[in-house]
Amino acid sequence: MSALEVFYTTLGMAAVTLLCRSFFLLPKDELPMPRWLREGLRYAPTAALAAVVTPELFMSQGHLIDTWRNAGLFGAAAGLAFYAWRRSLFGTIVCGTGVMLCLRFGLGW
Amino acid sequence: MAIGIAAWGLVAGVAMAKSGMGISLAIFMSVLVYAGSAQIASLPLIIADAPAWVVWATTACVSLRFMAFSFHYRPYFAHLPRRHRIALSYLMGDTNFALFIRRFPEPVPGDAHADYFLGSALVTYGLWQAAIITGIVAGHAIPTSWGLGFAGTMALLALTCTQLRNPSTVTAAVVAGAAAVAAYGLPLRLNILVGISAAVAVGVLADHARSAREDTRS
Repeated sequence: MSALEVFYTTLGMAAVTLLCRSFFLLPKDELPMPRWLREGLRYAPTAALAAVVTPELFMSQGHLIDTWRNAGLFGAAAGLAFYAWRRSLFGTIVCGTGVMLCLRFGLGW
Repeated sequence: MAIGIAAWGLVAGVAMAKSGMGISLAIFMSVLVYAGSAQIASLPLIIADAPAWVVWATTACVSLRFMAFSFHYRPYFAHLPRRHRIALSYLMGDTNFALFIRRFPEPVPGDAHADYFLGSALVTYGLWQAAIITGIVAGHAIPTSWGLGFAGTMALLALTCTQLRNPSTVTAAVVAGAAAVAAYGLPLRLNILVGISAAVAVGVLADHARSAREDTRS
């Protein structure tokens, strides 16, 4: 793409993301929506986060990881254990990334 | 939390630098679009000279989860004027959302909500832009083996954990994760949408089963 095309594409991307973000905040009145959907949407944000994270952890290059010697899996397990112990976001990130780096550089996984 | 955002921003910046779109356009895109995953998803398409509408469709699919966020923010912010609501939505992000819901679990309107949202969202915005611009400018000097991307993944994992308040949300998260992995082959990262739909469907069914069971008991 030329620089000008990238420019216009970027403007469009900004409009699309803003529309998605403001979608339910735009209308003045409540949108008519069946009750089951309204209740089901309670699960959507949690599901969105899980749907983004899980493939990052269990897949590499578009395939399921086929070995247990994966630094990322152990890092994630360590992070989860830390979260269960201390409920600290910061500690979870540091602990998980630390374990992953130790395994990667220490054992070459 | 700041470490996760900074690391993830740095990764996104490096990816943008390596796409070869030029420093000024890359900075323009991050300041204006402000959606890391959408920007990264659009890079290969821009490099491959894909039509603009394909890039926009991809952006829409990756940003669909924001629609779920905006649905949840509605009761908190419905009393504000529309212009304020749009300004707030522009700053919406994964981190903010998880922190906001943890701080205000009850969906009632209140004056403190917009202030809390703005505070956390502006800090996130500044930090993210600083990190991504550093990544764009430093570009090739940062090796990928540092595991910076993994810190971003760990941040999202920790955020997911904060949302797990009861067995139903845990089930929803597991279902969404499994469905997103199973549907990974879909184009436009539609696997995320499949994951969300599966979790909402299972959640609705579980609620119905529970209320049916309670009806028979009473």
